[in-house]
Amino acid sequence: MKTVRLLVGTVKGAFFLRATASRSAWKLEGPHLPGRAIYSLAHDGRGERRRVWAGAASMHWGAVLVTTDDWGRTWDEPQEANVKFPVETGLALKQIWQIAPGLEEEPDTIHCGVEPAALFRSTNGGKTWEVVRGLLDHPHRERWTPGGGGLCLHTIVRDPANADRMWIAISSGGVYRTTDGGRTWIARNAGIRAEFMPDKYPEFGQCVHKVVQHPSRPGRLFAQNHWGLYRSDDAGDSWQDIARGVPSDFGFAMASHPHETDTVYIIPIDSDQVRISPEGKLRVYRTRNAGRSWEALTRGLPQRHAYDIVLRDALTTDSLDPAGVYFGTRNGKLYASKDGGSSWRLAMDGLPSITCVRAVVVDDRRPVRRAKARQATRR
Amino acid sequence: MRIAFLIPTPLRPFADGRSRIDLEMARHPVSLGDALEALGGVAPGVRDRVLTEQGEIRQHVNVFIGTESCRWTGGLATPIGDGAEITILPAISGGLQC
Repeated sequence: MKTVRLLVGTVKGAFFLRATASRSAWKLEGPHLPGRAIYSLAHDGRGERRRVWAGAASMHWGAVLVTTDDWGRTWDEPQEANVKFPVETGLALKQIWQIAPGLEEEPDTIHCGVEPAALFRSTNGGKTWEVVRGLLDHPHRERWTPGGGGLCLHTIVRDPANADRMWIAISSGGVYRTTDGGRTWIARNAGIRAEFMPDKYPEFGQCVHKVVQHPSRPGRLFAQNHWGLYRSDDAGDSWQDIARGVPSDFGFAMASHPHETDTVYIIPIDSDQVRISPEGKLRVYRTRNAGRSWEALTRGLPQRHAYDIVLRDALTTDSLDPAGVYFGTRNGKLYASKDGGSSWRLAMDGLPSITCVRAVVVDDRRPVRRAKARQATRR
Repeated sequence: MRIAFLIPTPLRPFADGRSRIDLEMARHPVSLGDALEALGGVAPGVRDRVLTEQGEIRQHVNVFIGTESCRWTGGLATPIGDGAEITILPAISGGLQC
C-alpha cells in the first residue's frame, strides 16, 4: 500500500504528515527536533534505505545533520558535529540549506549545501563529510555577497545521466556548474539580470533563489531569480526570460512536475520591498509549456487578504499520477493539491513558519533498514 | 589541579547524561580555552556545541567561571584556578522569529 509522507521543516522543528495515496486526509506527527530551525529535509530511498535527513540548527548549539530511519520515532544525532569547515578556512557553519542524496549508482554519496556558501560531500553514506574544495577555493568567492538569508548555497541539481555534472546556486553568487565531479566550477549566469548591480548582466553575483530540472531532460533548467524567471535549454550556458503573464517575477519557490517535462510551478511575491502575496491573493502559477505562458491556480486558495509568502524550498511535488503539489507558508499554513495544482485544500494550519516541504511516496510493506544508532534520541 | 564543568540539560545527551564533568588538568595554570579543549577530550559533543569549528564560543552560549561570564574576563584566555566550576548555559536570545 502506498503512503504519501510530507516532510515539513519549520523554524521550530520538523513535522511529518501522512496520507494514503488518495491524499484525502492528512495525519500530523511532530514536532520532531523541537525548537530547532529545519531549513533542509531530504528522503534517501536508495536501495533498501528509508532515511530522512534533516539539517537542524539550534540558535544556541549550532547546526548538524541528523537522520531518522523510522519516520521520526528515533533520531540519530552525531556526538561530534558532522559538517565542519576546515580550521584553515576561517569559516564556521551557520546553517544547512540543502541536502541532496546522490544518484542510484552512487548509493553512499550525499551532498549538502550550507551557509556560508559551500558544498559538502559524503561518499560513505553520511558517516564523514568533506568540503568540496573546487568550489570553496573558487576565485569568485571573495566577491559573493550575502542576501537576507545569509550567504548560502541553497540549491543542488544533479544530472541523473552524468554523475560528474552538477549545478549549484548561491545567494548571491549565481549558478555554477561542474562537469568534472566538483573539481572545477564555472559561473553559468549569462542572461540572468542582477537588478541590484550597476552592471545588470555580470558573469556572477546574481541572486538566484531556486533552480529546478526535470530528471528526464537534465540539460534544461528553470530558475526563479530574486527578480526574474528564466529557462536554459543548454545546461545553463544561456538563460531566457520567461516571465510573461505572472503578477510579479520576484519569488523564492519553484518546483518541477514529476512527469511532465514542460510543467513548472512558482509562487510569485510582491517585490523584494513588500514581500507579501501580490494583491493579497495567494496564487500558484503553473506553466505547461516550459514558460511560454503561465496560468494562475487559485481554486481553494484564499483570494482576499492573503498576505503570505512561500520560501524557496517550501514548494514541492510528489511522484503520483495525478501529481500532488504542496506548499507551506511563512504563516504556518500547509496547502495540498492532488490534481497537479488545479485545486487546493488547506491540509494543516497553525504550524510554525514553514521553511521547507518535501513529499515522499513509499510502499509501507517494504522492510525498514535501521541504522546502527550512534545516539538514538527519542522525541 | 581539578576543575568542573556544569552541563546544561540540552547538552547532557552528549555527556553520557551527566550534569557535571570533573577534570584533572595536567598543568597549571590553564586558560578557559585549555579547559574546553580538555572537555573536548572526554565529551567532544559538548565541545562542538559550545565552540564553533574555529574554536570560538558560539554567539548564543554563555560560559561562566564561578558566577562571572567569561565575556567580561578575557574570553577563552580567562585564567582558570584550582577548583573552578565552569558553567555552560544557553544565552538569552531570540526575538526575530519568536
